[in-house]
Amino acid sequence: MATTCILSGWALECAPPNRIFEERNLSEIIVVTSGKGGVGKTTTSASLGCGLARRGKRVALIDFDIGLRNLDLIMGCERRVVYDFVNVINGDCTLKQALIKDKRVEGLHVLAASQTRDKDALTEEGVQRVLDELNSEGFDYVLCDSPAGIEKGAHLAMYFADRAVVVVNPEVSSVRDSDRILGLLASKTRRAENGNGGVKEHLLLTRYNPRRVASGEMMSVNDVKEILGLDVIGVVPESTDVLAASNSGVPVILNDASDAADAYEDAVGRLLGEQLPLRFLEERKRGFLARMFGG
Amino acid sequence: MGLLALFRSKPSTASIAKERLRIIVAQERSTRGAPDYLPLLRRELLQVIHKYVNVDPEAVQVHLDREEGHEVLELSVALPDKQGG
Repeated sequence: MATTCILSGWALECAPPNRIFEERNLSEIIVVTSGKGGVGKTTTSASLGCGLARRGKRVALIDFDIGLRNLDLIMGCERRVVYDFVNVINGDCTLKQALIKDKRVEGLHVLAASQTRDKDALTEEGVQRVLDELNSEGFDYVLCDSPAGIEKGAHLAMYFADRAVVVVNPEVSSVRDSDRILGLLASKTRRAENGNGGVKEHLLLTRYNPRRVASGEMMSVNDVKEILGLDVIGVVPESTDVLAASNSGVPVILNDASDAADAYEDAVGRLLGEQLPLRFLEERKRGFLARMFGG
Repeated sequence: MGLLALFRSKPSTASIAKERLRIIVAQERSTRGAPDYLPLLRRELLQVIHKYVNVDPEAVQVHLDREEGHEVLELSVALPDKQGG
């Protein structure tokens, strides 16, 4: 209780005097999750966060992968991390001190994961306190970048979520793990427990290779959609730009010349309720010719 | 070489993947939300039954059905035709 008072005191001090919390919408908490590792959760969190912020939203990106911090690298702010998520929870610093402001996109902030090996560093109460403070600070979106697996970090990343972006590769183990995650979203979240309509789930396919889909080597969007029974919020084509983006610490959505960037931009639009047809599901024409000759 | 030709005539690997996933996902969904004690319950029941009848481990099925307002725990044990030694 005492802590809450101190935190909201700070929030009031920083907020414009005429801001009354009830007047604005609560910040929307979106978990980016998958179950399986290496499918593109962090890449997706970074790009969706950038995309939302570019559209004028105040966005906080939180890395829940305690002990294996990586969102900072993908965002290119690894050398600016002074305080982390666990420091905020433990009261070693204020939230404001720990939030890293992105230098490229106005309104975008990163909260780095701690590199501690203590598995109990994150607590439900602590996470809730940070999320409440972000809310009272006027953030529109809080994106929770979940660690792989179904352990504590993954649980806490999804627990408070209003929506979930389930990142999946069109590949058997990823699809199966995603289904497992969907089961957890439907039972082990605050919204599920409160009977609050549950967490709204979206599917985002990454590493999609239209050529391999066309030749029957890879499951199609519709195959995955049919198995998991979810709305598709984005299909990101397999692209060399994704590795280039992580190499340079610039979220791929900021690469104007990339199909992957366009695909993420569309996903951001759909997150905001726009009706957009899926793109990049078909192989490009020149690819088709190459395939004819290549056999 | 013969094997390769055989492989080519098979359905696409994507459709194999889809079919396998359809089955495993349906199976895993059916046990989702069931109490954690079910597998242990099944194992212990099997041990008790095994003291009297030599049953196949697969012959004991435990199902939990949820209907409006109540849950039904259904146990089915397929006994062998003749009792084994």
